[in-house]
Amino acid sequence: MAMWFARSRNLVSILRQNLGLSATLIKRNHSSPRPVFTNYQLSSRVFLDPSASFRHESTAVETQPDLVQQSDHEDDAQELDFPGGKVGYTSEMKFIPESSSRRIPCYRVLNEHGKIISDSDFIPVSEKLAVRMYEQMATLQVMDHIFYEAQRQGRISFYLTSVGEEAINIASAAALSPEDVVLPQYREPGVLLWRGFTLEEFANQCFGNKADYGKGRQMPIHYGSNQHNYFTVSSPIATQLPQAAGIGYALKMEKKNACAVTFIGDGGTSEGDFHAGLNFAAVMEAPVVFICRNNGWAISTHISEQFRSDGIVVKGQAYGIRSIRVDGNDALAVYSAVRSAREMAVTEQRPVLIEVKTAMTYRVGHHSTSDDSTKYREADEIQYWKMSRNPVNRFKKWVEDNGWWSEEDESKLRSSTRKQLLQAIQAAEKWEKQPLTELFNDVYDVKTKNLEEQEVGLKALVEKQPQDYPTGFHI
Amino acid sequence: MASLLGRFCRKLVVPGSAHGSRMVSTTACDSEAVKSLNLYSAINQALHIALETDPRSYVFGEDVGFGGVFRCTTGLAERFGKNRVFNTPLCEQGIVGFGIGLAAMGNRAVVEIQFADYIYPAFDQIVNEAAKFRYRSGNQFNCGGINLVFNLPSKSLLLIRLLFIGLTIRAPYGAVGHGGHYHSQSPEAFFCHVPGIKVVIPRSPREAKGLLLSSIRDPNPVVFFEPKWLYRQAVEEVPEHDYMIPLSQAEVIREGNDITLVGWGAQLTVMEQACLDAEKEGISCELIDLKTLLPWDKETVEASVKKTGRLLISHEAPVTGGFGAEISATILERCFLKLEAPVSRVCGLDTPFPLILDAIKSTVNY
Repeated sequence: MAMWFARSRNLVSILRQNLGLSATLIKRNHSSPRPVFTNYQLSSRVFLDPSASFRHESTAVETQPDLVQQSDHEDDAQELDFPGGKVGYTSEMKFIPESSSRRIPCYRVLNEHGKIISDSDFIPVSEKLAVRMYEQMATLQVMDHIFYEAQRQGRISFYLTSVGEEAINIASAAALSPEDVVLPQYREPGVLLWRGFTLEEFANQCFGNKADYGKGRQMPIHYGSNQHNYFTVSSPIATQLPQAAGIGYALKMEKKNACAVTFIGDGGTSEGDFHAGLNFAAVMEAPVVFICRNNGWAISTHISEQFRSDGIVVKGQAYGIRSIRVDGNDALAVYSAVRSAREMAVTEQRPVLIEVKTAMTYRVGHHSTSDDSTKYREADEIQYWKMSRNPVNRFKKWVEDNGWWSEEDESKLRSSTRKQLLQAIQAAEKWEKQPLTELFNDVYDVKTKNLEEQEVGLKALVEKQPQDYPTGFHI
Repeated sequence: MASLLGRFCRKLVVPGSAHGSRMVSTTACDSEAVKSLNLYSAINQALHIALETDPRSYVFGEDVGFGGVFRCTTGLAERFGKNRVFNTPLCEQGIVGFGIGLAAMGNRAVVEIQFADYIYPAFDQIVNEAAKFRYRSGNQFNCGGINLVFNLPSKSLLLIRLLFIGLTIRAPYGAVGHGGHYHSQSPEAFFCHVPGIKVVIPRSPREAKGLLLSSIRDPNPVVFFEPKWLYRQAVEEVPEHDYMIPLSQAEVIREGNDITLVGWGAQLTVMEQACLDAEKEGISCELIDLKTLLPWDKETVEASVKKTGRLLISHEAPVTGGFGAEISATILERCFLKLEAPVSRVCGLDTPFPLILDAIKSTVNY
């Protein structure tokens, strides 16, 4: 059924292009004007073409119910001229309500059964892309499972899963170009996976061995790769947001067909850097896509204890930033939203905010291996979301319904990935660690005198008392 | 590698000292043009040169566009355009964070914090981000600069530094008297405790221009404190050309035999006066300007104390936990047997900096 709809839409688009049929051929049920890209704009050729000069019209923004209803007391003819522009005045004293009567709706394309909702706007995804997306989502699942187990076994010191957030990770990455610069928070390894980071490279960082690009200095999951335009993860929350504004600005100044893309969780939006980042990006007109993963929890803190707004999407307007709320369990919706946001950011040189929530990307896993979330959540709650709102299952159903994936493919993928991971872990574990000298490099571009002295001192100490240091520890 | 080069490659500079910045004579040649400038004009000149010589450099901060509250950025926006010299929203963490992002993409970001007293919202970005940017990424990313080492056929190692990048944070610091708690602070000690950044404090207009250019071109993030008291007060002959004064090299600005005095910034003018007063009583003072507090030049101070046998450190910041403590401890470790007297610190009191009216200012004698 879904396939028929998809085909019929494509058929119509072909007709429209070739015969110049009017847009009224497809009837839309909704009364209010809808954000629609013309089929010309939706064709992948145009999107992938960097020289495409079309601009998303401002009508691509949903007309929102006015914050302040015009009243009888308002006198349009009289305006006050203040810094910031003219503004009408009213003699009715009315406060803007603390929240809108209607919550911002969530954009979704696939329903819970993996079927495309009729008349949804979305950017078509080819078989090749869809299969790749699914494979990567499944790979991420396997990777998370195995690394998590490795941590429980004491083989790595720490791990953080992206369980329930596979669609956010993979679909957003798929929607970007490789030149887009990514500044992660820490729950986005799938973006790096999509860009080509290997399972071996992930394992090396988690084990902090000599092959780790970070030279063994940081905790596990603090990945970074300049080759993949993925900035190194740092533990402090939200610090990457104003940096993303600076990076977006740099890309704008270089006239690159690229933007900065940065991720943050629901908790992180309470940080001052969230405000700083969005405000700077808006004022500097920097091409930045801010993606907020709202999974409802910041460790043990529920969002009701985090903010009193209607989530994060409403905050965008406060900064003059276009925003959208998306179902994070729906890979197609995430893909379309991020793709559109990215194009807007680059072609219009502006920031865009995406709240990936929806019935939320539910954080099925614990916050990290240092957390046991059954302490603050009912086990039943976790189970419900696990089954019914699983982004991987939902996308899998759609891909399978299209005839692009089979159970055979599934078991082949999962077992080979698992095998590859176990091998990667075994190899990474055996690989020697960084030599002591790397402790002192890269603090500055060139080692300073005090560091040289300290290195000499430490080496002498290690040589004098080798029994105090782990076996295999080398200078 | 090629993409790395493509992003960061701009200019090749042959190495100088181990610390990397080019060694340039601090005294101008007779043939070089000099001009009598005050501190803010010297800094302004340095910024003009920095923006002129590097098309990928930016100057921004609060009120920077019209020239800045201390006139340090006068004329920059008109000359280089609002894309490169601009006002930012009132948000120090945003200013520094944005600067880190710019620098990480291979640009020079020269950021202004309006008063050092307001640098604290940016402390997280400076300490947790800028200072650790290179280290934590395994040198894949930095907001300072990049080094490439090549093994040449002649088997000599040539260190080629590709300079281009750099985050420099400038802030006026120090007392003027009427500044009170929030326009008088000397927060250098907080930053001297952070591996990965450099802390530089000039004492005069000529020093400021050379040190600022070195700081901007240094491949590490630098916090540059400018003694606001001297913005108009200090006037000096400043060479008009592009010159750099090396970082992490202290200077003996007055030779003596009986005691070593160490200081930085505006305090040196006070100490110079103290040296003259001491001379009348037959005491010969050796005065050292530290210039760079992190990483600091221990060798110069050590050599001086080994000669004189006595050390006195003076800074405006409160004495407890001030940078003088670090200098004192280090010199004690290195020169214990040569010392004739305990190391002395003449520093600020352990209070928030109070309002000091002009009439009383002269009796505040450090």
